[in-house]
Formats: sequence, structure tokens, C-alpha cells
Amino acid sequence: MEKFTGKVWVLGDDIDTDIIIPTEYLALKTIDDMKQYGFSPLRPELAGQIRKGDIIVAGKNFGCGSSREQAPEIIKALGIQCVIAKSFARIFFRNSINNGLLLIEQPTLYDEIKEGDEVTVVLNEHVDYNGKQYPIASLPENLMDIIRAGGLVKAMRKLNGLD
Amino acid sequence: MGETVIEKIIRNNVGKAVKPGDIVTVNVDRVMIHDIFIPFVAEKFKEMGFTKLWDPDKVVLIYDHLVPASQLDDTRHFHVGDEFAKKFGMKNVHRSDGICHQLMTEAGYVKPGNVVFGTDSHTTTYGCVGAFSSGIGYTEMASILGTGTMWIRVPETIKIVIDGELPENVMSKDVILRIIGDLTAAGATYRSLEFTGSTVKNMSVASRMTMSNMAIEAGAKCALFTPDEKTAEYCGIELDDFQKSLAGDEDAVYMKTLTYRAEDFVPVMACPSQVDKIRPVEEMEGTEIDQVFIGSCTNGRLEDLQAAAEVLKGKKVADYVKLIVTPASRKIYRQAADMGILDILAEAGAMITHPGCGLCCGRAGGILTDGERVVATNNRNFLGRMGTSKVQIYLASPRTAASCAVAGKIVNPVMGE
Repeated sequence: MEKFTGKVWVLGDDIDTDIIIPTEYLALKTIDDMKQYGFSPLRPELAGQIRKGDIIVAGKNFGCGSSREQAPEIIKALGIQCVIAKSFARIFFRNSINNGLLLIEQPTLYDEIKEGDEVTVVLNEHVDYNGKQYPIASLPENLMDIIRAGGLVKAMRKLNGLD
Repeated sequence: MGETVIEKIIRNNVGKAVKPGDIVTVNVDRVMIHDIFIPFVAEKFKEMGFTKLWDPDKVVLIYDHLVPASQLDDTRHFHVGDEFAKKFGMKNVHRSDGICHQLMTEAGYVKPGNVVFGTDSHTTTYGCVGAFSSGIGYTEMASILGTGTMWIRVPETIKIVIDGELPENVMSKDVILRIIGDLTAAGATYRSLEFTGSTVKNMSVASRMTMSNMAIEAGAKCALFTPDEKTAEYCGIELDDFQKSLAGDEDAVYMKTLTYRAEDFVPVMACPSQVDKIRPVEEMEGTEIDQVFIGSCTNGRLEDLQAAAEVLKGKKVADYVKLIVTPASRKIYRQAADMGILDILAEAGAMITHPGCGLCCGRAGGILTDGERVVATNNRNFLGRMGTSKVQIYLASPRTAASCAVAGKIVNPVMGE
């Protein structure tokens, strides 16, 4: 049973990909160059405050908007260990899985959480917060295969006989 | 049991009947990559260990977000793209012909019933000709380039029925904005939208395109119209039996059905800064504005420019307002020039720019600053989308946008003389 704990940053509903990383920074060469601008339209100071192992908790439709894969990559590069939201936008969901960023859908935690508090995630089972358990679903098998391989790039390398 | 349009397209592709929730691997008919993401696609493709494209003729590379280049490093993307195309024998490269989603249908890359993916969320646009098309990220694109396949979850379908005749100052943009407001920004997430009814049957392919384009703003995976004689003419083909069959069956299972009377639609706008914050234009009247933008893959087509020209003919843009017009493709630009539309717009005081994505994605060609307000015909009014995070973006139809440009403030669309 995999289990981890992290400090929580709380964001709202409909956190879109232009908030996660505005288009003007998308042509910077690397994710490391871009990551300081993460969430800048909404909270310019946030990227500098996030520490490795932190967790984002958000409302519905997290990651809506464009197909930019830099969005999950930046969240991962900032050190975020997983995003727990009421729901995720479709393309962002696929992109996150393909890049090994863990996403967890949980319908009620967001309504009760306070920024700065800690939560513990017990993978495929529940989230512990304030002495209460919030149930979570497990991912479909084909997605777990990609995650187990370490993301889509590694899965394809395996297919091509490289690893 | 009956099937929805998306279920028919997927059945045809995978060779067996499917139902919502099934996870299947589809054979991809065409892919589109644009300039912003080509360096990332190329890098991932190499990293994955592929040495050739599954089918070079099925890959289309389009430069549009960075055309013309506005920042120091932008042209690097073109060099990477050109090198990739040459190395892997790609012929379908467009370097300055227009916006990707316009070109994919206009240049005949997408046909009814196709399965198409693109590295852009507005790839849903090709549903206007009855294709299943959706946006993906660059890692996933790299794996399609190598394998020609992708896994998908068969979506549930939301049916949208619109019957009757739209009021004359209402465009298909007003229709889709209202629907997004009703569905909300997440209301169609993972789902397929299926449009039907006499109103959409009477719409041009261009008008349908605006609606498929914006379906992603309700989270939809795709947004389909049944191919008809207009589709056939637009695509320059004769519909085959499969393409003709792409209507939802009577006994198909829908997640829900929304029904509208066309006569009930009014001109609306999406107010800052959510696409589903829809208000009648009338309620917003009097709000002063700094700029108007008519263009983008949502509303940069000939009929859009024509609607703007009808309003602007013999009028002047308010003197403190900047009006920027961007045709969606070179073909549209030239048609508009031939028809005298560009002349009318220029005479009224519009700045007409080269086809591209610059202003819509906040990179070039009219980006705004704190406190400014813009009425725009594109598809997103997110914080920071067209300039700083304190720019207020009101999304509206080309007719509304042009009317606001003349008035210098938000006004209900006028019909021109």
C-alpha cells in the first residue's frame, strides 16, 4: 500500500492551462526556464513558495483549456507530488498520466480543506485529512500500465526494444 | 441497439460495435502538429526510439502560433520543424497559409468519419464535417507518429437539438456561447456533443465550425455534425454510404438531450474571465472598450468578415478603439480582398493582419495591458490570455464585435444598411 503525506496549496474551480503557464512563456527552451511563471496570472508568488512533496487541492475542471503539456510538466517540475481535484479536464488528464504526474479525483475534500494543512494519500484507497477518510477510486488498468512503465516515453522505449 | 454518431465513427474505425466506457485502440487517419509544440514532439519522438513516421502523408505540420515571428527565439521552432519534415519525408507543411484548424478542413486533410488528433485543444473543430477529432499533448502525438494508433475511452454523448430560424442579429457564435453557459465549462468533459435539428441543418459549414471549435470550452472531447450536401461540397467529395449514415439513431442512448428553439436565442457574450459566464449583450451595453478583435480559428472566416463589413460599411471605428481583423487563412484573406471586404474594413479604420494565432493566444499583434477591455471573437477569455492578467476579455460574435467597434462601447449588434 503506497502512502505519502504533503502540505496543501488550495486553488479554485476551472484552473485553466493559461493560468498554469501563460502562452507567452511556452517558447522558452526548457521546463526549468518556464516553471517560475507557473500559476503567475493568478498567484505570481506561488511558484516560488511551492516545495518538493507539496500537494495541490482544487475544485472542478482542473487543467481546462489548451493542450499544452507544459502544464502538467511544470506542476511536476515545481515538486508537486499529486493534484487532488473534484474533476480534471480531459486533455490535461491524459497529459498528466503520460508524464507521470499523479491526479486524484475526490469530490468533497476541496470543500473542507484549508491551505497549509497536511493530507496523507493512501493510493487507490483514500485521503486522510483532519481525522477523516475521503475515498478515492483506482485508475483503469491501461493507465496504470503507463504509470508503471514510468510514463508514455518509457513505455514506447520498451516497445522499441530500447530499455 | 442504435448508435450515436461518435459510436458509429469508432465502430467503423475499430471494426466492432462499441459502447460508452469501452477502452479501444483507434487507427488514426490524420494528425496535426503546430509550431509551438513541434520541438517537443520531435524531442519525444527521438527519445521514444522511433526512426520513422508510421505514415508521413498522414502528418500535417502547420506554423501559425508564431507566424510572423514576434520574439527572438520563435524562428527556432520553424527550423526544428523544417528539419523534422525533411528527415522523415513529410510533404504536408504549411509555413504561412493560415491557422491550423482552418487549414485542416479547408485544404482537405479531414474527411467525414475520419479519426484525427492534433496538438491543440481546438482540434474539436473538425467535427463540423463529421470527423472525430480531439486535442492531445506532444508526448501522445509522438507515440502516434510512431505507431499510428491511440487508446481512447468511448465517450457518452450529449445531444443538442436546435430547431427553427435564428433572429437575424444572432450568429452561430451566440448559439454555442449560450450552450456553453448552459452546460458550464466542465459540463461536457470527456463527452461527445452531437448537434442536430433544422437550425444546424441550415447552417453553413463555416458556422458549424465555430460551434465545434468552441465545444472544448465546455470540456467536450469532440463535437459532431451530421455530414450533408453542404459538407460534401465543402470537402469536395461525394459522401459514401458510411459518411451518409453518420446521424444519431432514433434508439441511440444519450446521456442527456438539450432542446432549443432558435427564435429564443439572443446576442450574448462570455464575460471576464470565464467562458461560461454568459450574459445577453443588451445587459452589458454601455461598457467602454479599448479594442476589438475579429479573427481566430473560431471566427475568422469569410462569413464572419462579411458580417463585420456589413456593420462597418460607411462607418468609422470609434477614434479611441483599435480594431484588429485577422482572416483565418490566406485563402480567406484573398477571397475577402477580391470581394472588397478588406477594403470596407480598412476604410472603416481596421488594422488587417496576416492569418495566424498571435493575438488570440496573447503572443503578438495587439496584446493588451492592465485595465483594458477588449471585445473579441476568439474562444477564450481566461486571465492573461490576450495580455496581462488584468485585461478584461468579452467574447462575442463578429457582428457584435464590429458593432462595438463603431460605438466605442458594448452595444447590441446592428444589421448595417
